[in-house]
Amino acid sequence: MEALSRKRIDEEKVSLDSDEFMDPETLKLEILSKYPPKVARKKAKQIIVNRKETEEKYPEIQANVRTVPGIISQRGCCYAGCKGVVMGPTRDIINLTHGPIGCGFYSWLTRRNQTDPSTTPDGHNFMNYCFSTDMEEREIIFGGEKKLRAAIQEAYDIFKPKMISVFATCPVGLIGDDVHAVTREMEEKLGITIFGFSCEGYKGVSQSAGHHVANNGLFQHVIGLDNTVKEGDYKVNLLGEYNIGGDAFEIERVLNKCGIKLISTFSGNSSVDFFANSHTADLNLIMCHRSINYVAEMMEKKYGIPWFKINFLSAGGMSRSLRKIAEYYGEQKLIDRVEEVIAEEMPAVKKAQAEVRPRLEGKLAMMFVGGSRAHHYQEMFREMGMIPFCAGYEFAHRDDYEGRQVLPNLKVDADSRNIQELEIEKDPERYNPRISAEEFEALERNNIKLRDYEGMMTDMPSGTIVIDDISQYETESLLKTYKPAVFCAGIKEKYTVQKHGIPMKQLHSYDNGGPYAAYRGAINFYHEIDRMVNSKVWDHIKAPWEKSPELAARYTYQS
Amino acid sequence: MRKIAMYGKGGIGKSTTCQNLVAGLTEMGEKVMVVGCDPKGDSTRLLLGGLNQHTVLDTLREEGEDVDLEDIRKTGFGGTLCTESGGPEPGVGCAGRGIITSINLLEQLGAFGEDENLDYVFYDVLGDVVCGGFAMPMREGKAKEIYIVVSGEMMAMYAANNICKGILKFAETGGIRLAGLICNSRQVDNEVEMIEAFANKLGSHMIHFVPRDNMVQKAEINRKTVIEFEPKHQQADEYRMLAKKISENDKYIIPAPMQMDDLEKLLIEYGIAG
Repeated sequence: MEALSRKRIDEEKVSLDSDEFMDPETLKLEILSKYPPKVARKKAKQIIVNRKETEEKYPEIQANVRTVPGIISQRGCCYAGCKGVVMGPTRDIINLTHGPIGCGFYSWLTRRNQTDPSTTPDGHNFMNYCFSTDMEEREIIFGGEKKLRAAIQEAYDIFKPKMISVFATCPVGLIGDDVHAVTREMEEKLGITIFGFSCEGYKGVSQSAGHHVANNGLFQHVIGLDNTVKEGDYKVNLLGEYNIGGDAFEIERVLNKCGIKLISTFSGNSSVDFFANSHTADLNLIMCHRSINYVAEMMEKKYGIPWFKINFLSAGGMSRSLRKIAEYYGEQKLIDRVEEVIAEEMPAVKKAQAEVRPRLEGKLAMMFVGGSRAHHYQEMFREMGMIPFCAGYEFAHRDDYEGRQVLPNLKVDADSRNIQELEIEKDPERYNPRISAEEFEALERNNIKLRDYEGMMTDMPSGTIVIDDISQYETESLLKTYKPAVFCAGIKEKYTVQKHGIPMKQLHSYDNGGPYAAYRGAINFYHEIDRMVNSKVWDHIKAPWEKSPELAARYTYQS
Repeated sequence: MRKIAMYGKGGIGKSTTCQNLVAGLTEMGEKVMVVGCDPKGDSTRLLLGGLNQHTVLDTLREEGEDVDLEDIRKTGFGGTLCTESGGPEPGVGCAGRGIITSINLLEQLGAFGEDENLDYVFYDVLGDVVCGGFAMPMREGKAKEIYIVVSGEMMAMYAANNICKGILKFAETGGIRLAGLICNSRQVDNEVEMIEAFANKLGSHMIHFVPRDNMVQKAEINRKTVIEFEPKHQQADEYRMLAKKISENDKYIIPAPMQMDDLEKLLIEYGIAG
């Protein structure tokens, strides 16, 4: 990081030479020294200074393990992952929370998922509603199944939806309400698809458990319901894109321009009609590997649809991903069209990059978010000349850090066993391998890697810091030590970071911004970061009396 | 006012023993309230001459928040005040939470208030201390004295030992104490000696040995306590004796629950080998 430290300019515009730039290993020891020994031993495996050890080998990181109680973590719960992340963005399914009202209310539209109901014929859109059974003490004592049955009936009577899903919250698991029995019964009664999720908040170590539960539910109850084969060439599904701030709209625009037909997105700007039909696509493209890889793997096993990882965040990532899709199909028509589109889109991107780069060059960025975004956004920062110096995930697993080659060696602990793993077999009629084994090998030789994700750490230079499930204390240590130009995380971290006088960008909900995906999205993001980092407001974060106090004092413990 | 909770293995005869000894206390002129903490709602059947149809939770469910004490409290044999918590049907909801809600409501309604001039409150709790709800009478000092109904059968003694672990847990925070074991005889060999030795190991005492008698069954089928049904029967005197001993009891201790190995040794010594 020698080059980095010379470039480093802090708030007071004073250049620091390399001696003053704290060695990441030293900082790690400093952080660990504040923890009790047992916690420090655990945390030591989650705070990693990245070093490329050999061509393929990166250091091992501990991930997807329980947070130590008492530590302020970024993580959410299983219900949040299932209802909030994966199922929430779909407009025409009624997502009914079976639980006390807070669970439903506080997971209502918080992720700013956008949707366009004009693209489905019935125009159903329930996203502006919050559905909950509003469990009260009475239901806790006497059981809530009756109220759940009534709530499903009421929702059906008012909205006549095509589909209803029910989410179990913590108390439902504790008192043993059987949401699956109720949904089966109501499905029979009402004649529409109704199913439940056992996504009680306490399950698993983070929201990641909820993603898996949601994936299983979608696969068992929705995918494959409609065998209509749609017109169009190059039919793809986009997995793990949730249309936050309109990202999917911008991605769809570019894919349409390229002539790539989007069958279904899981689950941004999505409809259950698209899900039901998604098994007719040729190819699954994965954005967020963590939240949705289960569906991709299951679809490959059951229907023979191959998948690969793409990244539509950042202009470079977008272009590379489009070229990868074109090369996968191997048709000159598509390859040419993709190049034309890239050529059309890039001048505006280049112009925006040139505009912001002088003001952002060499500045540090940190991002601790999600299970893929902390990786996806790194290229975006590099395009502005910034340095993604520290990064980490909130709920990812080891494969998201180190790459999928670690999968066979992953320890399956009790927390993961608690989540159902579906046994998938080939569909007797509909299994249809889209490519042969020879074609698969030919693609691999051509460097089109299928069923693969190389992970975040392989993309980060040696000397950068990677932290899994970062705590608030660790966040503040990083802020104080390296004073980054911008810190990215979620709403829970926002104000802590800003109190340090450092701009904070939410990469869960995008604050009020977006879209940031694809080309126009990237331009938006460059301008947003430029605006935040170069704002003068951060110089005024300290009150005058804090800067030059008339009277100064110390607490006794400080002396 | 003395606040007493009765615990013990399911089916051991807690409710029967509790109601009979309460009948004995009322004969002595004491004013007693019985709080049934069992979803089945059958803890006051013998005192009332039939099931109390208005359990606290049913009333709460039907009437909403607007509940009067008189809606849920019935007067039974000898002026006893009887309430039943009630709860969900088997296999549904959370009976434990129901007990907590019910006891809180009784407190809010002033059921245990000074103007009620109660001498005793008895909580009759179902089965083992399976969860926080059924430990409710032990918590926050709601009951101060615990009597465990036990017999010489192995599982009854296991359960009694487990209940002692629960008492130990709440002894410091809730101030509860083990007041004694009531042996409800199953005519096991050496039953008196074994329960006395068991009580001794726990640091407590066997307060009374209630012999087995068919009269108890007869009275039950007539929905009465033995004292009411056959006041002159010798079994009625046994319950009067138990009531007297409880009224005079001053041996309250924090129990020392036994290790499983030691408990099994004790059973072998007095039971099989004895």
